[in-house]
Amino acid sequence: MDALSGLLHGFQVALQPANLFWCFVGCLLGTIVGILPGLGPAATIAMLLPLTYKMDPAGGIIMMAGIYYGAKYGGSTTSILLNIPGESSSVVTCLDGYQMARKGRAGAALGIAAIASFVAGTVGVVGLTLIAPPVAAFALSFSSPENFALMCLGLALVVLLSGQSLIKGMLSMLLGLWLSSIGTDLFTAQARFIFGQAALLGHIDVMVIAIGVFAIAEVLSSIEAGDDAKVLPVPRGLRNLLPNMAELKACRFAFLNGSVTGFLLGCLPGAGATIASFISYGIEKAVSKHPEQFGQGAPEGVAAPEGANNADTGGALVPLLTLGIPGGSSTAIMLSALVLWGVKPGPLMMLESPDVFWGLVCSMYLGNVMLLILNLPLVPLFAQILRLSAYILFPCILGISIVGAYGGSMFNLGLVVAFGLLGYLMVKLKYPAAPLILGFVLGDNMERALRQSLMMSQGDLTTFVHRPISAIMLGLAVLILLTPLLGHLNRLRVRAITESG
Amino acid sequence: MGRTIFKDGDVISGAVLAALGVYIVMQSLAWEYSGPDGPGPGFFPFWYGVAMVALSLLLVVNAVRRSGGERQGAIDWPAIKRALSTWAAFALSVALMNWLGFLLSFALLTFFIVAVVFRRSLIAAGVTAVVTALGFYLVFPVALSLELPTGLFGF
Repeated sequence: MDALSGLLHGFQVALQPANLFWCFVGCLLGTIVGILPGLGPAATIAMLLPLTYKMDPAGGIIMMAGIYYGAKYGGSTTSILLNIPGESSSVVTCLDGYQMARKGRAGAALGIAAIASFVAGTVGVVGLTLIAPPVAAFALSFSSPENFALMCLGLALVVLLSGQSLIKGMLSMLLGLWLSSIGTDLFTAQARFIFGQAALLGHIDVMVIAIGVFAIAEVLSSIEAGDDAKVLPVPRGLRNLLPNMAELKACRFAFLNGSVTGFLLGCLPGAGATIASFISYGIEKAVSKHPEQFGQGAPEGVAAPEGANNADTGGALVPLLTLGIPGGSSTAIMLSALVLWGVKPGPLMMLESPDVFWGLVCSMYLGNVMLLILNLPLVPLFAQILRLSAYILFPCILGISIVGAYGGSMFNLGLVVAFGLLGYLMVKLKYPAAPLILGFVLGDNMERALRQSLMMSQGDLTTFVHRPISAIMLGLAVLILLTPLLGHLNRLRVRAITESG
Repeated sequence: MGRTIFKDGDVISGAVLAALGVYIVMQSLAWEYSGPDGPGPGFFPFWYGVAMVALSLLLVVNAVRRSGGERQGAIDWPAIKRALSTWAAFALSVALMNWLGFLLSFALLTFFIVAVVFRRSLIAAGVTAVVTALGFYLVFPVALSLELPTGLFGF
């Protein structure tokens, strides 16, 4: 079955009333799950799994996928409005989304996030439709050295996330690497940096750190600044609440960048939407004509990571459906559901289970349209949250932070308190928080890939430069890291020429 | 000048991070650096610990070199006290959740923020605390069956 006839068959399946209904239910649940703290898509899919046993496999997987990508649409809402990342992949959205909200452009930021999600989500599905098998084969050529090089490339982005002081940005990143090491070493079961706390053996949850250094720190900083009445300005009128043409025009490349980066990184098992969102943000800032506006409320700084976050969904389904390899927790639960229904994900799935494969792919086109229709009208409604007085909004942010971080563990709440103070001190001392999250997200994967690579090569470090993909990515990472130094040398050269002339 | 350097946040934070870096390196040396199967659990922390020490010292040196020419802005202690008292109240409410549960601890936290930090009337603080805490309780544990800390009273 070629792609065109597959698509025709898929739309016949997806447009059946029952499947349309399940697609809508999944998208709606996903949006709610994305907005609400403490309830991730993986947990929701797992909770609903028993309910789908008696469902038609196509309807079941369509609903689960709807929850998965719907949550990514909703995850940006609290990042933009309250500086609380709804999902770990929405952490980067806080950087410019919340700054846009501070400037009275919360509605525009929410609108850009919704449009970026729609564009990139659709591009991701097109990629899944047309180039799934070759991309899956390419993803398989990624071994530990390539993964290590990818993590190095990701860490090199610290140069772009550091703000005024590169040294402080790098120290923040190193702090993130250290936090990622806390817990049990996967290779030897050695407990590292646990300070006698058994609760730390299982590693720290990224959301606990993100809530502390972003949300709690923001509340404390705002209280210190004396933001007494309305916290943030909200313009009146629907037109002022949605993105204007200039903002959408500025985001053109960001939509494309987020789509391609998110899809390609989504295909790599283990890379994930969080890394994709950081990398797309870094690319966007690197190629921008006004990089100094990033972190101050640049619309592209919302469009790129939100796009990557959503295109990742299509990418993540490539290894799941064509190879049977799940890239994350949500896709792992979807894999178990497929197996329970007797569907075998793998190279033959398109032929053996065309209803499920093509039905799912086509339902994602419809789901993305549903999500845009569902989310855009909600933008003005969500933006009204910011009209609340500070003395009501701040306790609410603290309450949402508690709900989001708790997950049955009082220890997690203690960590949120500690990371809240750390985040506040970082704001006071002008240490950027984003590199800390970047270091934390990449640290564990990076160490694993490094050690696996050195095991494979019996300690030979040249393995990283002998493999072409790894060598190219490491070269790019070095180039990015050297950018500030080259800029400094260039300024010295210009000054010398000016003085001598 | 000594006091200026001491007051400089970069010097203090650099010294703290250098100490953390030394701690990381010392800890990593206690674990296997490299074995027959490749790098051990001490390998990665050793190198980022070394990098942390080096960069922290660089930060301190830069700050000390700079401190002669720059004056620190005045520190607004009352504002910092307001922020830190909010943090302390948040920490206390989290600590109390084991005994009082989410509902009561969160209501007390909200009351403190509205009445003490924002200096609103006690009635406004009381109403906000009760409405907010009940709202959270009804949405999360009741409607969504999400787990929240419970205390001696069972809620």
